[in-house]
Amino acid sequence: MLNYDLVVVGGGPAGMAAALKAKEEGVEKIVILERAETLGGILEQCIHTGFGLHYFGEELSGPEYAGRFIELVEKTDIDVFTDTMVLNVSDDNVVTAVNNNDGLMQFKAIAVVLAMGCRERPRGALSIAGSRPAGIMTAGTAQKYVNIDGYMPGKKVVILGSGDIGLIMARRMTLEGAEVKVVCELMPYSGGLTRNIVQCLDDFGIPLRLSCTVVKTHGKDRLEGVTIARVDEKLQPIPGTEEYIECDTLLLSVGLIPENELSKDVGVELDRVTSGPVVDEYRETLKPGIFACGNVLQVHDLVDYVTEESQIAGKGAADYIFGKKKGGTFINTKGVDGVRYIVPQRVNIEGDENLKLYFRVGQVYMGAKVVVECDGEVLSSRKKVKLAPGEMENVVITAEMLKKMNENSEITVRIEE
Amino acid sequence: MKKNLICVSCPLGCPIEVEIENGEVISVTGNTCKRGDAYARAEITNPVRSLTTSVKVENGVHPVVPVKSSGPVPKDKMFECMSVINSATIKAPVKIGDVVIENILGLGVDIVATNFDAGI
Repeated sequence: MLNYDLVVVGGGPAGMAAALKAKEEGVEKIVILERAETLGGILEQCIHTGFGLHYFGEELSGPEYAGRFIELVEKTDIDVFTDTMVLNVSDDNVVTAVNNNDGLMQFKAIAVVLAMGCRERPRGALSIAGSRPAGIMTAGTAQKYVNIDGYMPGKKVVILGSGDIGLIMARRMTLEGAEVKVVCELMPYSGGLTRNIVQCLDDFGIPLRLSCTVVKTHGKDRLEGVTIARVDEKLQPIPGTEEYIECDTLLLSVGLIPENELSKDVGVELDRVTSGPVVDEYRETLKPGIFACGNVLQVHDLVDYVTEESQIAGKGAADYIFGKKKGGTFINTKGVDGVRYIVPQRVNIEGDENLKLYFRVGQVYMGAKVVVECDGEVLSSRKKVKLAPGEMENVVITAEMLKKMNENSEITVRIEE
Repeated sequence: MKKNLICVSCPLGCPIEVEIENGEVISVTGNTCKRGDAYARAEITNPVRSLTTSVKVENGVHPVVPVKSSGPVPKDKMFECMSVINSATIKAPVKIGDVVIENILGLGVDIVATNFDAGI
């Protein structure tokens, strides 16, 4: 058994930021366990720019953003195990992991930070008719093929889903010589950033079809084409609108799912909307000493916010390790009227610092108000020019506000049109 | 001549209409801030993009290493830049910031590596 103060599961931006923050706070023995061959997580394959505008004040590519943290980790005495798969986190914080060199290892930890990230929703989660030919993959898989392995997975491409990864891959495949025929989006709006729609699709004349989906795939060994169709308000395909498109590749960019198998095994309670753990403002789960941050907690649109959130978790873990973590009285936060979820789900009303509640809305709002209430009293009300599901928002709860609350209070955030 | 654009200066995405005569911008409408006006004028007169792609690497851990243009390149030169980059090969080790192609197409912009490859 190896003894550590802090075990961090996952060496992407979340895990690295949490470990570095804990180190800065004075935690001595820290280890990061990473499944891939290097630190950096998914940023390693996100070679486009747009990362770091908030955190570093400059526009970096994914590997450059990760590189800055990898360099910082290397300057510390934080231990790193790469190519290492965590199999289990036990009830008493023993983390079991395995790799080719060391075999099976057990790490006894005072605190654990879960930073496993998320994965893409696969084809199996969609009900598309047809056989299983080669050429159907998630946009992220294609991204790894092209950007890491230097391998082009196809020549004629259809993309289902207009999330940012799908849009980025439309441009990437086009630049490398593929013909991207169409991007189909089930919803009447795109979940991607406007900037990406303009610079990844419009620049290359790639059509974006809203309220449209793939209903059938064709081909036996290799994909030969897909049938697309328009959908009605209930998102059901409209008979008679089918159209055949010849292609050898179908990329799926249809959502991300936090990867919480380890969290479930150890009995961490999950939020049904985020699919991530229920946490308090220190990002501690309902299991004492187990913290969560990054995309395993909630899917983020900006890595800068992942870093911010993970530093909170790293600080929380350090306080826990030093026995400084305050007990307190925790109350719930709740999103209503258009607010789909709030992280953190629990807040300590005895806390003496301002804190931010992060949330997402369920649809696009123009000129609506974000209203924060507690026990029938409006704590803040702020008009926003635009609110969209693709962009995480936040509201501030001040220490002053917390002082007025009691154990039966509930903080709600709602949208008022 | 009128041209329609969507502003990308912020997430709002204002639809902008630009009136052009003899290649000169006569008016910009639809924008809700100054940045929109500047974006539209730049987009009409000299649209530029930053380019990110990958370049072949010899003796690398991976077959390719990611690169970016050190500054924006004209939008209509992107594919020309791509063919220059795709015909280049560099040797590992590579580190972030290494200049892979100097002054590509004489545009005054370098192509630089954006990741490490220690080599095998």
